[in-house]
Amino acid sequence: MQPIISIKNLSKTYDTGHHALKDVNLDIQKGEILALLGPNGAGKTTLISIICGLVAPTGGSVTVDGYDIISDYRETRKRIGLVPQELAIAAFDKVFETVQYSRGLFGKKPDNAYLEQLLSDLSLSDKLTSELRALSGGMKRRVLIAKALSHEPRVLFLDEPTAGVDVELRKDMWKIVNRLREAGVTIILTTHYIEEAEAIADRVGVISGGELLLVDDKNNLMQKLGKKQLLIELKEPAQAIPESLAGYALALSKKGSEIIYTYDITSDGTGITALLQAMAEAGLTMKDLKTSQSSLEDIFVNLVNPQ
Amino acid sequence: MINFQAIKVIYHHEMMRAWNTLFQTIASPVLSTSLYFVVFGSAIGSRIEDIGGVSYGAFIVPGLMMLSLLTQSVANASFGIFFPKFSGTVYEIMSAPISSLEILIGFVGAAASKSLIIGIIILITANFFVDIHIMHPFWMATFLILTCISFSLLGFIIGLWATNFEKLQVVPLLVITPLVFLGGTFYSIDMLPPFWQNVSLFNPVLYLVSGFRWSFFEVSDVNVYVSLAMILVFLSVCLGIVWWMFKTGYRLKQ
Ligand SMILES: Nc1ncnc2c1ncn2[C@@H]1O[C@H](COP(=O)(O)OP(=O)(O)O)[C@@H](O)[C@H]1O
Ligand SMILES: [Mg+2]
Repeated sequence: MQPIISIKNLSKTYDTGHHALKDVNLDIQKGEILALLGPNGAGKTTLISIICGLVAPTGGSVTVDGYDIISDYRETRKRIGLVPQELAIAAFDKVFETVQYSRGLFGKKPDNAYLEQLLSDLSLSDKLTSELRALSGGMKRRVLIAKALSHEPRVLFLDEPTAGVDVELRKDMWKIVNRLREAGVTIILTTHYIEEAEAIADRVGVISGGELLLVDDKNNLMQKLGKKQLLIELKEPAQAIPESLAGYALALSKKGSEIIYTYDITSDGTGITALLQAMAEAGLTMKDLKTSQSSLEDIFVNLVNPQ
Repeated sequence: MINFQAIKVIYHHEMMRAWNTLFQTIASPVLSTSLYFVVFGSAIGSRIEDIGGVSYGAFIVPGLMMLSLLTQSVANASFGIFFPKFSGTVYEIMSAPISSLEILIGFVGAAASKSLIIGIIILITANFFVDIHIMHPFWMATFLILTCISFSLLGFIIGLWATNFEKLQVVPLLVITPLVFLGGTFYSIDMLPPFWQNVSLFNPVLYLVSGFRWSFFEVSDVNVYVSLAMILVFLSVCLGIVWWMFKTGYRLKQ
């Protein structure tokens, strides 16, 4: 299937000389939710801004639905909705009017029924005639989402959608994202919250220092880079790890009442069976077993600061 | 394909700003025109002899209109594009499927329309004070419209260029206002010493006021075709600058 967005050798050097993007290559599939994960200053906003037409690339190319973002900008832009990172609003405009305005800017004929539904989905029905400056930060963000969706885009960019947003709005946001996904909208969101990527993305791209370090299916990524830990609770605390178990990567915790075994799920055998046997031989009886998997956060830290 | 919807909403959005402050939009030109008439037209004008057979009160009408058209066009257009830059909402325009020309038509069209309306309000107000007979209505309309468009373009350029409110105001204050006052708004340059007459010829506003006044009374400082040529040159220069600004993404795109 042809990707909805195809980024080839994209680079950007700002006038300041700062190299914000370095040879980025990325294909985004129709209907997927892609999270771009990276620390502040990684180049996430720059990448999005180029695709949306706010920043001129200094190298490489991007196509959206097969159209080039520069030579066919009308075709690419009408397919795209953008919710920017900053809360940029025209303070004196009214909610419904500003959404009508956005729809018109993107060349769509007025459709108040659609816009009313959209605003109601975003819990803004009772604010239609409010001035934007009178809204809370969370409400303003909802308006920005409504503006971005006003022209029924096929691709939605959410730049740090939940930064500084309360829990309720964050949950609503995820609901909205899910509903859009069901409608077949492709969603690219940037975040530096790993839980967010973990919770809603299908694929995760890790970006740092202007480089796309990797892109992978979220589950693959976890598997590929994830370490698992086996937590063995002992019936009776051990003073030390017995000599016979020295070959395993073990650690003792909670005053000897737990043994932690760290293993790599990518290696051939996990060695769990052998370990349990060796433990029994060493006279350790276990009370309980638990496994835990490293979160994207751990993976991310490993990637960005390789040992 | 032209994005008519986009032009429409930008134009409408800009016009709504004036509509929302309708009282101010109408009251300020009416008030200032009335004041000028009381002070210059009646108090001072009664002691000034006719110029080229036109009473001083009537003589200053075209100049007064130009004064307002120029300052209003520049103020409206510069603020119109500066504000989205300042508030950050310009991101939406920049990411929309809209060409530079369409953006320009929306913003400059609205600013020019507003000045045009103000010009007409002034003309109507002036009519209460003096009898005005327009000898060449077609020429008058041409000058009126070309002036509104050119100076709205100039305002648009200033709005793109300005990075803060101070810069936004400094050009109108330090350049436009002096040029208008020294451009024969309230006098004929015949009244000046020869040296200053020659200096005045370097003032583009002089040609506007002169041509505009000619369309009212057939009284002018320079030939009407020269006036027309000058305003067309000015218009082309502004268009050229805007074209260059858009082409390079000047202060809009990094
Ligand atoms: N307009 C600009 N001019 C110069 N440097 C910029 C500009 N915008 C961003 N940068 C720099 O580019 C880098 C990437 O920024 P950005 O894309 O905003 O990162 P992120 O969104 O991942 O936090 C940062 O170091 C930032 O300082
Ligand atoms: Mg950012």
